[in-house]
Amino acid sequence: MVSYIIKRSLLSIPLLVIISFLTFGLNNLSPLDPVEVILHAQGVPTITDELIVETKAALGMDRPFLIRYLNWFVSCLQLDFGNSYVTGKTVWSLLAPAFLNTLKLTLISAAAIIALSIGLGVISALREGKMTDKSIRGVSFFLTSMPPYWLAALMVWYFSVQLDLLPTSGMDSYESYILPVIVITISYTGIYFRMVRSSMLSNMNEDYVLYGRASGLPEKKITMHILRNSLQVAISVFCMAIPIILGSTVVVENIFAWPGLGTLSVKSILSRDFPIIQAYVLVLAMAFVLFNTVSDIINAAMNPKLRKGH
Amino acid sequence: MAILEVANLKIWDSQTGKVIVPGSSFHVKQGSCLAIVGESGSGKSLTCRAIMRLNKTGIRQSGDILFNGVNLTELPEKDMRKRRGKQLCMILQNGMRAFDPSCVVGVHLRETLACHFGWGREEITAKMKRAMESVMLKDPIAVMNMYPHQLSGGMLQRIMIALTLVLEPAIVIADEPTTALDTISQFEVVEQFIQLREKMGCSMIFISHDLGIVRKIADDVLVMKDGEIVDRGTSQIIFSEAAHEYTRYLVSSKQALNDHFKRLMGGVSLVER
Ligand SMILES: Nc1ncnc2c1ncn2[C@@H]1O[C@H](COP(=O)(O)OP(=O)(O)OP(=O)(O)O)[C@@H](O)[C@H]1O
Ligand SMILES: [Mg+2]
Repeated sequence: MVSYIIKRSLLSIPLLVIISFLTFGLNNLSPLDPVEVILHAQGVPTITDELIVETKAALGMDRPFLIRYLNWFVSCLQLDFGNSYVTGKTVWSLLAPAFLNTLKLTLISAAAIIALSIGLGVISALREGKMTDKSIRGVSFFLTSMPPYWLAALMVWYFSVQLDLLPTSGMDSYESYILPVIVITISYTGIYFRMVRSSMLSNMNEDYVLYGRASGLPEKKITMHILRNSLQVAISVFCMAIPIILGSTVVVENIFAWPGLGTLSVKSILSRDFPIIQAYVLVLAMAFVLFNTVSDIINAAMNPKLRKGH
Repeated sequence: MAILEVANLKIWDSQTGKVIVPGSSFHVKQGSCLAIVGESGSGKSLTCRAIMRLNKTGIRQSGDILFNGVNLTELPEKDMRKRRGKQLCMILQNGMRAFDPSCVVGVHLRETLACHFGWGREEITAKMKRAMESVMLKDPIAVMNMYPHQLSGGMLQRIMIALTLVLEPAIVIADEPTTALDTISQFEVVEQFIQLREKMGCSMIFISHDLGIVRKIADDVLVMKDGEIVDRGTSQIIFSEAAHEYTRYLVSSKQALNDHFKRLMGGVSLVER
């Protein structure tokens, strides 16, 4: 098991290198000259060709692509992602707090999503075809099919404007979490609930359930076995839910003016602030690789077939 | 005297309304072994599960199932559950899938025995160890701590037999217990079934495609085709002077296969082995 963990972790290193290369490379393909962006941002009135060449040399941007990539990569390893073209502040000082804010939102939402989808999925599967199952599925289908921005607007209109209960934007108190978390939870629970339910149902058709019943085991024990096997599949999917939510809070963050990654990334894209965009993509990609690795390891720890195989 | 008496058992699919078994009546004599043979899809498994009342929710059944004079169809689910395993024991076709893949096989054994007898862990281990040794499983303690995928189909089949030995049910229902095995393991498992009957004197319903095995183990034979019982009789009569042409067809195709096998193997017969 330990050797599997080491092997699996080492495997993600080349993946990270490739991702960083692609991130840097793709940003370089942009037709915009970053130097022009910088000069514009600094409010230089007339941009001459000489000035461009000078600035390029000063920033080391006239060097070959590979050298620039290596420089960037090495400084990234030291958590130095460069400076924002627009504000001149270090990318780290902008990215780190935004990342933390989004992470808080993500983790709380993920916890709600996991709890709800396991609870509802299990109830629904155990009552398959009955009224409970049908109504849970109906409501979940209805809520999931609503686009998040529409749902968010509806929530703000009702809870903040009509009832004046909750804040419309920002992240000032714990109350600010309520609406964004609800919107994210609603838009994802449907997917994960369906997965838990179908995983439960397919396990209920397995022979081991028949043999358990034929051996006279109480239904409670049998449900535990079904649950255990169903959740084994679900856990790795839930692990991947965290980076997925992390990367898709853009809409919700912008509606609720949440000072997180989504807001920052949109702002940077609009102002062509390449260092921030690069760092944003890199951080998200790293989150994916990290959670993927963790979910593989958890899977191996739980699945006896994989555990013995390594 | 009949230990199990099935009367007018009808099985149908409630969703489509399709009748799968139109109306079976048969009985199992005390201490004897009834084999049910027939082609795939003829309703053998559904009949067995109907006796245990374990068909899927969409499958409905009617008719009477008298077990030791008690009508199982009228029993509350709780009482039926207590009889499953302890009085009516089932052995499944595919050992690989009969045990929870994420638990060691000992978990199922312990849970079953604890729920029927309330035994503690040591007592269960001791009893299972003896039973597993008697079905030729080496190193039973280690086997109990292994996952199903680490064991062979034949071993898992013998673990189910060993559990049955400890449970001492009045009737054992085995649904194609040898079909998923290779010939060598088949031979060993059939041997264990014969010994199971000798040791416990239990009655048995034995489903199989393999007429060679049926001939070896069964006292009486039922032949099913498309949900109906087309032929029945003692094993001797079925194999020598079958009344129904379908039975004769089954027996003769088996014989043809056997003769072919004999020629290939230079005189070793499948049936007599
Ligand atoms: N869950 C189900 N729903 C609907 N029909 C079913 C279901 N299970 C089985 N059947 C039907 O019942 C018929 C009998 O099935 P059964 O499993 O009893 O056959 P069998 O004689 O055991 O065959 P085999 O030798 O392949 O095990 C089949 O034709 C099948 O189509
Ligand atoms: Mg069958």
